[in-house]
Amino acid sequence: MTFGLFKLLLDGLWITIQLLVFSAALAVLIAFTAGLARLSRRRAVRFFAAVYVEFFRGTSALVLMFWLFFALPLLGWQLAPLWAGTLALSLSFGAYGSEVVRGAVLAVSPGQREAATALSFTPWQRLRLVVLPQAVPEMLPTFSNQLVELLKATSLASAVTIGDLTFQAQSVRLATGESAQVYGLILGMYFVIAFTLTRGMRLLERRAKANLGLGRLVTGPEAPLGSEPPTAPAGPPPLPEPTGHGQGGGI
Amino acid sequence: MAPTDSATEERTPTGGTTPPLIRFDRVVKRFGGVTVLDELDFSVAAGRNVTLIGPSGSGKTTILRLLMTLIRPDGGSITVDGDNLTHMVRRGKLVPADEKHVRPIRKKIGMVFQQFNLFPNMRVLRNLTEAPVRVLGMDRDEAEIRARELLEMVGLADKADAHCAHLSGGQQQRVAIARALAMRPKVLLLDEVTSALDPELVAGVLDLLRDIAVSGDVTLVCVTHEMGFARDVSDQVLMFDAGRVVESGPPEKIFSDPDHQRTRDFLRAVR
Repeated sequence: MTFGLFKLLLDGLWITIQLLVFSAALAVLIAFTAGLARLSRRRAVRFFAAVYVEFFRGTSALVLMFWLFFALPLLGWQLAPLWAGTLALSLSFGAYGSEVVRGAVLAVSPGQREAATALSFTPWQRLRLVVLPQAVPEMLPTFSNQLVELLKATSLASAVTIGDLTFQAQSVRLATGESAQVYGLILGMYFVIAFTLTRGMRLLERRAKANLGLGRLVTGPEAPLGSEPPTAPAGPPPLPEPTGHGQGGGI
Repeated sequence: MAPTDSATEERTPTGGTTPPLIRFDRVVKRFGGVTVLDELDFSVAAGRNVTLIGPSGSGKTTILRLLMTLIRPDGGSITVDGDNLTHMVRRGKLVPADEKHVRPIRKKIGMVFQQFNLFPNMRVLRNLTEAPVRVLGMDRDEAEIRARELLEMVGLADKADAHCAHLSGGQQQRVAIARALAMRPKVLLLDEVTSALDPELVAGVLDLLRDIAVSGDVTLVCVTHEMGFARDVSDQVLMFDAGRVVESGPPEKIFSDPDHQRTRDFLRAVR
């Protein structure tokens, strides 16, 4: 493989990372919106959120991508390929994520909400100051799994001519015929990104737990006032490996 | 259903006339098909600590939860400090109160729960300062000074920066009491606050509450099974059964010489 061809793979890697970052950000936004909407007091809001979730959870992300890419322009709305891919992925993963958000919010003890009401917090303050800070740490293990699933799902974008890592690998393979080498290389690349993601998420989880005073017991002098989120523990505490209990990807 | 719009002068069960701080007017509450409160009437005068006693399922906790607006009544009205907690006037009509109407009235009431319900995502000090800052609009420095005073009062000044999860049950409950007081409520609702505590931790919490009761800054409404405590802190004891007040009176009377057989049976059973 020449340097020029390798450069092609790096371009693809960059597109894959963009797809991942944009879809993840949008999916999180959608997940929180839809997940909280499903818990709304208003029936109409709950209904529309449920329709969204059920529809996109039950649809193939690939077909959705095809539709956005090939069918939507017929209706007079042309999306840039990268955005069509991002939208398809985030709509799918947002639907899965909304269930994670909903579950985690419901898992916060009702007593917490009651205590927040007793202190006269507004509904929004209850959510923002009390419920979500406790629910988010619960979401992290599942989100971590879904993030890896999302990374792998970005390869679907190659089917709609987005020049991601998989797409470029196909081009290189066509040019050189070195299938084993090329696909082996990008397998490794996907793995390295995925591994980085899971490590990062584990760090977040550990911080979130420490923030709730869980995990490692803080002994000795307490942190001085005003140094709110406790810094990550110096040594890796003997926490059990997070067990994967997320749903599968949206393919 | 005829909710009153203002507190009127009323004879308290112990005699004398003071405007009631809390007034229940034919309050009905049902859970499923079960009527927990059946047209309940009672009132509490300001500065007179009240204890609700009675068998479990008699509606005591329901009364506290109604007052804290954690649940809504199915009928009747509740007045707190002259404000109608359950109804408001909209376009000349009396309609069920909404969140906005309830909010300023709710600020006059604080509650301590059986399960403490401290916010684990905040350190101890933050548990005490967050509501005064966000709800009362207090300056954060001022709120912290006040919070430290309260922690001093409950004997936990050294725990200001601790995680709630690292405190014992008794310590958590004392923080919860301080947190409620930080809002300077007129009424403090105590819902079986020692029931979830290990026996050796109960005395510390009750001693603290005795001090608060004596201070007279806040009117206590307690639901408790600690009859000794009830006798010490209450000015008035209400005996409940099946959603109704069986009898009420000063603790000396209720605990020594109750009028009703139902009260005698209950007191014998809990001793």
